[in-house]
Amino acid sequence: MRTTIPALLLPALLLRAMAALVVWAPAVLPAQIQLTGAGATFPYPMYSKWFDEYHKRHPDVQINYQSIGSGGGIRQVTEGTVDFGATDGPMTDAQLADFRSKRGTAILHFPTVLGAVVPVYNVPGVATGVRFTGDALAGIFLGTITKWSDVAIARANPGVRLPATDIVVVHRSDGSGTTYVWTDYLSKVSPAWQQRVGKNTSVNWPVGLGGSGNPGVAGLVKQTEGAIGYVELIYAVQNRIAYGAVRNAAGEFVNADLASVSAAAAGAAATMPDDFRVSITNAPGRASYPISSFTWLLVPATIPDRAKHKALVDFLKWMLADGQGMVEALAYAKLPAPVIAREAKAIAGVK
Amino acid sequence: MSGAPAGPPPRDARASRGGARAFAQRLVSGDEAARLVVTVASGAILLVTALLVFELWTNSGLSREKFGLRFLVTQTWDPNAGVFGALPFAYGTVVTSFLSLLIAVPVGVGAAIFLSEMAPPKLSDALTFCIELLAAVPSVIYGLLGVFVMMPLIKAHLAPGLRAALGWTPLFQGPFYGVSFLAAGIVLAVMILPFIVSVSRQVLLAVPPEQREGALALGATKWETTWRVVVPYARRGITGSVFLALARALGETMAVTMVVGNAPQIKASLLAPGYSIAAVIANEFTEATSDLYVHALIELGLVLFALTIVINGVARLLVLSTSRHAGSPA
Repeated sequence: MRTTIPALLLPALLLRAMAALVVWAPAVLPAQIQLTGAGATFPYPMYSKWFDEYHKRHPDVQINYQSIGSGGGIRQVTEGTVDFGATDGPMTDAQLADFRSKRGTAILHFPTVLGAVVPVYNVPGVATGVRFTGDALAGIFLGTITKWSDVAIARANPGVRLPATDIVVVHRSDGSGTTYVWTDYLSKVSPAWQQRVGKNTSVNWPVGLGGSGNPGVAGLVKQTEGAIGYVELIYAVQNRIAYGAVRNAAGEFVNADLASVSAAAAGAAATMPDDFRVSITNAPGRASYPISSFTWLLVPATIPDRAKHKALVDFLKWMLADGQGMVEALAYAKLPAPVIAREAKAIAGVK
Repeated sequence: MSGAPAGPPPRDARASRGGARAFAQRLVSGDEAARLVVTVASGAILLVTALLVFELWTNSGLSREKFGLRFLVTQTWDPNAGVFGALPFAYGTVVTSFLSLLIAVPVGVGAAIFLSEMAPPKLSDALTFCIELLAAVPSVIYGLLGVFVMMPLIKAHLAPGLRAALGWTPLFQGPFYGVSFLAAGIVLAVMILPFIVSVSRQVLLAVPPEQREGALALGATKWETTWRVVVPYARRGITGSVFLALARALGETMAVTMVVGNAPQIKASLLAPGYSIAAVIANEFTEATSDLYVHALIELGLVLFALTIVINGVARLLVLSTSRHAGSPA
């Protein structure tokens, strides 16, 4: 039969292929500890850089991270499908209880870097740096302030000619940590906002158009005269969009930059609870930018697998020391020293 | 086909022995094997559909229990207060899909008639190739084109024109930001056009030449032949292409969310921003933190599924009644 020769050859070929695999396998896959994590998208560029650098220094540890969103990160770590989670908004008490009942242990929050959210706008003839009070921003997003020439905006901006055009509010349509920080700030400065809308990754917006992601919001703002929206600081800086200064709790109008964001964390450090579940919006301190936030890693308090435990704890320590040195190159604000000191102590809580 | 009978194998006991041998014979010759494969293939479709409904149903329990049928008529979508309603999203899905059909069906069927009946074969093939390429463009690209090319054009030319001509109707009133039901409808129309053109052209080409020759021999002009004989003959296939396009429009997510404005509201004006079911699911699912929130989003998926079935059913009934009324061969 014609098929005899290939049929005989096939096992031989297979054997060779297997032999090749045996020879190659140790070179390609050294004995490794694999950690998997999932969650927030905002710190993803930072995390992938960290995990990559950490792998270079410790070839036996490989950390995989999927940026599926904060909500997904909380769900996955609660279900135990990943070793750690990541989130832009701290877990609620109900979520903590849920984690404890499902996993039989607590979950710890570790702040990693800081981000900020800035109001961006498109008002013809008005340059960057318009000053906003918390009341003005809340009024605009509640729909009670509808013209750029409204006294609530004009009073804070002497010398700026604000036209009487209608304000078009633009918000995020996708659920996002950015929205959480923004609405958290508005809830703190405006009782009306707190009562009518509240804070969350998505809320029931009283007015406005929705854009998907930072680019969606920025695109709508750029295309619409009189528009105001909010995006992450990094995004506004990299894309050169006009953004405003915001009045902080000390009454100063502060421009968002890496220093003023770190200052907000330092200002909040004194009153920070031990579990780090704290919002640092509207933080005290003259130099603090008021719409700043931590982003957190979520680590179970008990990790039974000793190899994984050691790898994760070692990574956390490295992240607080060497890792922080890489933060500003990617335009994130680094943790202030008092926060790092407190986290270093908290790492001992991971058993 | 082999020599074996085409019908199902005899099942009565008396034929069992010979039947088994005949069955084995047919299995070897390929008929039974082929039967088995295609039966499994069609069964798989049913199974996937059933599984989909089952998953949507079981994973939306919290929301169904809490809101019941009120979910369908509630206009509020407030994750903080835990109040969820599907109406603005369902409204947006229906309006944008209907608008896209309104634009795409005349254009698509017209183009198909031109390509099959009037264009020289070479030109027809070249144009068809281009149209089918359109179907392969990712929807996010259509969304980007919509945002950066189409919306400024609508804003500068189409919207002022519509407002001047039809501003007295509630359909074209209120402020216009670019993102709107109208923009979503137009982008969707471009996206579903290839389905209508491509399928309709195939169906028209498949009309037997005798139909045309007969009509021409009776003294009909070229256009009369096309419109009175060829198109009615192909009506069922053309309707099928429209259903395919409608299904695509109902489920489209990315392009719609980029141009519709993502504002969950019910406005008569096509210039107002709105939202759609598929868009809100894609936007909010990843960051939905509470269980009720997730279940409400999944129930939206269930609503979309039901909506698709209802719209398709109604459309089919409409087609049935009109074709019976017209007495055409379709």
